[in-house]
Parts: sequence; C-alpha cells; structure tokens
Amino acid sequence: MSGPVLQAGTLWLREIQRFRRQRSRVIGSFLQPLVFWILLGAGLKASFRPAGMPPDINYFQYLYPGFIVLVLLFTAIFATISTVEDRREGFLQSVLVAPISRPAIVMGQALGGATLAWIPSCLFLVLAPLAGISLSIGAVIVAALMMAVIAFALTCIGLLIAWRIESTQGFHAIMNLILIPIWLLSGAFWPVSGTPAVLQWAMRLNPLTYGVAALREGLYLGHTGGTASMPGFAFSCAVAIAFAIAMYAMAARVARRSTAF
Amino acid sequence: MSPSSVAPLTTVPNAAPASTVAAVDVSGISFSYGERPALRDVSFSIARGEIFGLLGPNGGGKTTLFKLLSTLVPLESGQAHILGHDLTLESSALRRRIGVVFQHPSVDGLLTVAENLAHHGRLYGISGSRLKERIATMVARLGLDQRAADLVQTLSGGLKRRVELAKALLHQPELLILDEPSTGLDPAARRDFLSHLEHLRDQDGATIILTTHHMEEAERCDRIGVLHQGRLVAIAPPGELKAQVGGDVVAITAANPVALRDKLQQRMHVTAAIVDGSLRVERPRGHEFVRDVVEAFGNEIDTVTFGKPTLEDVFVHLTGQRFHAGAQQDGR
Repeated sequence: MSGPVLQAGTLWLREIQRFRRQRSRVIGSFLQPLVFWILLGAGLKASFRPAGMPPDINYFQYLYPGFIVLVLLFTAIFATISTVEDRREGFLQSVLVAPISRPAIVMGQALGGATLAWIPSCLFLVLAPLAGISLSIGAVIVAALMMAVIAFALTCIGLLIAWRIESTQGFHAIMNLILIPIWLLSGAFWPVSGTPAVLQWAMRLNPLTYGVAALREGLYLGHTGGTASMPGFAFSCAVAIAFAIAMYAMAARVARRSTAF
Repeated sequence: MSPSSVAPLTTVPNAAPASTVAAVDVSGISFSYGERPALRDVSFSIARGEIFGLLGPNGGGKTTLFKLLSTLVPLESGQAHILGHDLTLESSALRRRIGVVFQHPSVDGLLTVAENLAHHGRLYGISGSRLKERIATMVARLGLDQRAADLVQTLSGGLKRRVELAKALLHQPELLILDEPSTGLDPAARRDFLSHLEHLRDQDGATIILTTHHMEEAERCDRIGVLHQGRLVAIAPPGELKAQVGGDVVAITAANPVALRDKLQQRMHVTAAIVDGSLRVERPRGHEFVRDVVEAFGNEIDTVTFGKPTLEDVFVHLTGQRFHAGAQQDGR
C-alpha cells in the first residue's frame, strides 16, 4: 500500500477498533432516532397526511428514510465532537506531527466516522417490515449504498466544523442552527410539493433533500407509485454523490489551513 | 539501517554530516496569540546528543516553543533549522526524523499498547514484518512486553507514559521533543522516565528537548534554557547557572520586611531583595551572615533559611520573581 492509503487506512481501522469496544455508543445513536420514529410515526399516522405524499403509503412509512438519515446525522455529530477532543488532548495530536497530509487525515476520519454511522443505520433496514415496507435484495443494496454516501457526506460536514472550531463550546448552537435544520428541510418530514414557496426553495437547494430522496426511492424500489413528486432517482443519486465529494474537498481544505491547536 | 536499533547518525539518508550540523538552530523567533506575545526574539542552538531542558513557569512560552519545534504550529517570524532542515520549508521531511511526546496523552485508551504502536508506525509508512519487528523491539525496550495486548486505559500513569515514549521512538527519530513529559507522574515514575531518556542519549546518541517546570527534571539536563515572559533569559548547564548565584542563598521572613531591608542596607551594607514578601540575600559564606543577622536583628526576624542555590534560586536571581508566583494559566 502506498503512503496516503496506508495512513488513511490505519486511521479508519482505529475507529473500527474503538467501535468494537464501545458498543453502547452505537446502540445509543440507534435507539434515539428509533424511539422518535416510532412515537412520531405511530402518533401522526392516523391524523396527518402532508400534501404531495405518495398515495399508497402512510406517514409512518413516509418518515422511515428520514430517521435512517437521523441515525447518520447523530453519529456524524458525535464524530465532530470527538475530533475536537481528540485533537486537543488525544490521539490526533500525534497524527498532526506525523508525515501525513491533512487531506489524508480527513479521509481516514471521514471513512471511519461514516462506517460507524453506517453500521447502526443498517440495523434500521432490519426494521423495514415494521414500517410495512418489504424490501427486495436490490432495494437493500441500493439503500445501503446510498446510506454510505450520505454517511460520508454528513461526517465530512461534521469534520468541516470540527477543524474550524477550537473547542466544543458553542457547538450546540451550530448543531441546532445548521445541522438539525438541514435534516428538517430534507424532505424527511414532508414532501417538497405543497409547502410554501420559500420552504420549497430551501428544500430544493438543500443537498440532503436529494440524498433522502435517493434513499427513499431505493427503499421503495419495485413499489410502484411510491416515488411520485420527487426528483428523479438518477439525478438524486448524482447530487448526493457530488455533495459528498464537495463536503470532503471542503473539509480537507479547512483542515489544511487549520492551526486551531 | 538496522531495524532493531537507532541508526548511527552518519548513515541516515539525506542528513548532512552530524558533526557539522547542530540538532537545532533557532534565531530570532517571535510568536504571539493575537495581541498577546508568547515568544520574543528567542535564539539558541542545541548540539547533537544533548538533553536540553526548556525551563519556565506556565505562561513563560515553553509550550509555544514546543509547538513550533514539533511542526504543530507554523513559524511566524525568525529562522529555525532542525537536523539541517528548514522548519518552514521542509517540515514534512523533518517530521520523519523527529519524535514528539505531548503533555496530554496521545495514546488511545480504547486500543491496546500494540495497536497504538501499530497505528503510529503506519502513519510513518512502516508496515508488515518491519512494523511487527519495531513494535516488539520497543515494547521490550520499555519493559512493556507483558502488557502489549492490554488496553492502554488499564495501565498505570507511569506505564502510559512509557507507551507514549515507545510510540514516539517507534520510527527511530534522531531528535525527541517532549512537552512536560512527567506531568501527572509520581516522583518514582518521573525518575524512571528520565532514566529512559538518559539511556536513549547514551546508547543511541539521540538529541532530546524537553519542556519542564520541575526543577528536579531540569537538574538532569545537560543544558537548560530559562524562559521568562517569552524571553530566553539564560542558557547554560545547570551547575553553571547555579554558580551565577553569588554563593549561598539566605531567605528571611519578618513582620516588616521593608524596614528590615533598609536596616540591613544601612548597618551591614547588605543588599537584600524582597521576593514574594520575604527577604532574599545571596552571600558567599552564608552561614556567617546568618549568625550576624540573627545576633543583630533577632527580635525582628520570624525565620531564617539558608542553603546552596537551587535552580529555583537561579530563576529568582535572573528574573527577580519567584518561579511559581504570578504563573498564568496557559495551555498553549
């Protein structure tokens, strides 16, 4: 293996090794969205039908992909916080003085964080029948791939913030003002159509909308009619992948310039 | 080069001959955090095979200097050559040749000793059988063989520090830079750690820079640089610095130190400094001075202490301030 691959690979492996020894963290990041999904879905299923929702699904089913993305988001936020702490008083200190480029560090961190987010989100796939979605093998594969792309993109957003800030103070504000709204406006709760024009534009400009749409369409694969009023599948996939690449590039750029230690 | 021992300096590729190039050559370094200056016009050089201590209170600038020398933070002004490399222009070549130990743990407590070392090795491009060999060598050398498969978080503070050292030495650096290496260690573990450093210098000819605010640690360095408010106020072997203090050191506490100082000046022609509320006098033949001063002013004196100068006295001598007085909280 050549230098940067070996280096990024070892940073990824470290995250996997840590993950195996702190399963409670993973269970936590999985349980919270699960509880939200079940409560909100079960509570609103009977009475709530947003305009533009596909006719042959109920709201419980509609919420399902959005909460998979919430699992990914929570884990990405955790990766951000641990990066800041790791850099000040942890393992990352010695990585910063090793002969490794900053983009390679960010790649290792992003792959590690994305893998850690992806594993609990896959547990959600097991629950698909609960939402009344019977998944074909093809749907599972497409959904799992799309989850990996979204996990990578969200982890890179987290790293982008982590390399910019000096401490985790004030991070809650960033999370509540940026990360959670991105999720709320991604089509996780309601479809783009039927909302006020301003919100429609915000949602259309939100790259995560296309990630959620691609995931949704992947999950509904073979269920005709389930994908009405959403951007096309191929287009959504392309935007989601481009978004992931762009977020990595930005995070790498911020990391290269960072002297916040 | 042989994988099981640190290579002789002269066979290191790309290195200029060891005899002609100083390990560290720094001139005119200044650095500030916004408005607050941390280093002001610092210049010094360190020879190969030397243990060099940077001594100073917290906030004196030593951690900033550590961050610059270890390539963590880029130089703002001034020049620095380390192992013949320009610190600014050749930092990636330099990084392969230096080992760094941080004040805060940089080992991952959730990983085993061996896993920590393996990750470190791969970051330096070492893999496969050579990596295994290096890990085995380092754990044996630092007496960690029995604990190699244990999670780092289960080790004692002293053993954790040894893992830090094993990690920093894994890629066979010629220069080791340590920031407050004995933080949190009890005296026995601190002595043990220092012995490892001395062994490294004697056996491998490694050059070692460490920052410290422990006098005991500074005493064991070959030379020390004293940092005070961002300036390097002295640079010499510990014994030579102590010799700068005029003879013995007598400290007197009194109810009214100012009055006593004036009386000492008038009647005995002795100049005393008031440091932190007590009188401080540097005198050759201090025992005679103690006798005289107690006879003359016994009623006004609370306590008198007398001793050979320590590095703490050197610091007071150089700066007029006590070492631990006025130290600011400063993590940088």
